[in-house]
Amino acid sequence: MIISINYLYYLVGAILAVTSLMTLADKDHPKRYSSAFFWGLYAVVFLVGERLPPELVGVVVIVMALLAGFGGVGIGKHRPPSEKDSKASAERLRHKLFIPALSIPLVTVIGTVLMKNVKIGDAFLLDPKNITLVSLGLGCIIALALSCWLTRDTPMQGMRESRRLTDALGWAVVLPQMLGMLGLVFSDAGVGKAVAHLTTAYINMDMRLVAVVVYVLGMALFTIIMGNGFAAFPVMTGGVGVPILMGLHHGNPAVIAAIGMFSGYCGTLMTPMAANFNIVPAALLELPDKNAVIKVQVPTAAALLVVNIFLLYFLMLK
Amino acid sequence: MDTAINLWPLIGVAVIIVGFLLRFNPMLVVAVTAIVTALAANFPLDKVLAELGNGFIKTRSLPLIILLPLTVVGLLERHGLRQHAQSWIANIKSATAGRLLIVYLFVREITAALGLTSLGGHPQMVRPLIAPMTEGAAESRYGALSDKIRYKLRAYSAATDNVGLFFGEDVFVAFGAIVLMSTFLHEAGIDVEPIHIAMWGMPTAVSAFIIHAYRLHRLDAALDKELAEQLIAQNKKIAADRSAT
Repeated sequence: MIISINYLYYLVGAILAVTSLMTLADKDHPKRYSSAFFWGLYAVVFLVGERLPPELVGVVVIVMALLAGFGGVGIGKHRPPSEKDSKASAERLRHKLFIPALSIPLVTVIGTVLMKNVKIGDAFLLDPKNITLVSLGLGCIIALALSCWLTRDTPMQGMRESRRLTDALGWAVVLPQMLGMLGLVFSDAGVGKAVAHLTTAYINMDMRLVAVVVYVLGMALFTIIMGNGFAAFPVMTGGVGVPILMGLHHGNPAVIAAIGMFSGYCGTLMTPMAANFNIVPAALLELPDKNAVIKVQVPTAAALLVVNIFLLYFLMLK
Repeated sequence: MDTAINLWPLIGVAVIIVGFLLRFNPMLVVAVTAIVTALAANFPLDKVLAELGNGFIKTRSLPLIILLPLTVVGLLERHGLRQHAQSWIANIKSATAGRLLIVYLFVREITAALGLTSLGGHPQMVRPLIAPMTEGAAESRYGALSDKIRYKLRAYSAATDNVGLFFGEDVFVAFGAIVLMSTFLHEAGIDVEPIHIAMWGMPTAVSAFIIHAYRLHRLDAALDKELAEQLIAQNKKIAADRSAT
């Protein structure tokens, strides 16, 4: 392929390296050296991570967790845009401001839908396995060019803004990746099998309603622990879905799978483990309570789980 | 069967729950949990480190979606994108915070169901556009908002993006989750058409829309109650001050 996801890793690595250097150059930064070290380590993971021995990356992960955990990552000195200047600029540029903002999703969609099978010679133009992310990367580059052209600002100013927002997010940027790593460790260590063993060994599921409740709530609970419905699905469907709901109660596999996965998604709405969806947005929107998004989602998710129990109970009959 | 299953890795689950409940730093909690879980599975120390390292490298694609749009979002914010989104929505008199989010929920869920999952997202849509527009709609109705209300509206904006995305994408037949489900069932000896799995997701997808839209509708009512009272109290105070002088 011509544009592979590795280029995006290098791009993000370069952005993080610049962030680290800017932090190092920021004399008024309260935690100048430890913050620069943190972002520098993260840059290394993206720039050369796949070429380092995994044990060394493991040490890097632990050092980053310690830096974050003991308050080593701070916010630098920024000159945030003044309300007055932004307002004046807003009145001048008006709807044109939407163009670069909407070009990110637009280019991503065009790339994903239309460029999927475009080949030059024998090679795919865009990495087919990571088509959405690669398209998103292209979208961001095009949008940056459009923004610079529209606002007459420089890409360097874009880097400063990126550092301002990265600083505001802090270690929350790294949390989704840490949790993704934990999910892999959990599955290698057999946590899934152990949980499935506990749920199936001690509950009598001869009654259809009991089996349905165990499956639906089990998917949600397991997702809350693992942070990801995809990790829960094989475990719960292998443990309860296939042998009990499909085997013992002769349920329709398509219904069981579809509603089971959606029950897992209800779990995703309720867990800090799904940091990308729940914790990062709280940081992005500058909410003081990091669980504010989860708190809003819990009533919707809980109501939907009850609905799912009834839907599965009645619809699974063939 | 019992002898083959090692229950010790479940200690990891306990560690993470206790860590989150005691509000330790999540980065530390996750790192400690990963180490404890790997040790409980009898991995030697060098393999524990390699597990952490390999996992961290394999999941590098996760932060891309957050980090890549930041330069654009930051630049546009500097040049007033949020202010413009707010003042633009304030001109639409029928717009309320709840109605705006119901429209966004609908569009997000439908487009995700058609496979266009990237037409939204927290860094590129919610922070620069949806949250400011929601705040703007409430502001034009009730005047200046307290921080508490502002945070609540932002949390609802983020939650609406999530609900729309989750329950839309799984109705799209070529989505990864559908492929995962049909592959898993195929390996278990059960053949199911992916289109049937997508179809049977629809009742839940529709229910999700109804439940969340109803809650957004209630949000408008709650804002009305809370803020209209505040507005009346303010007006009364002004009137009282006037008559006193």
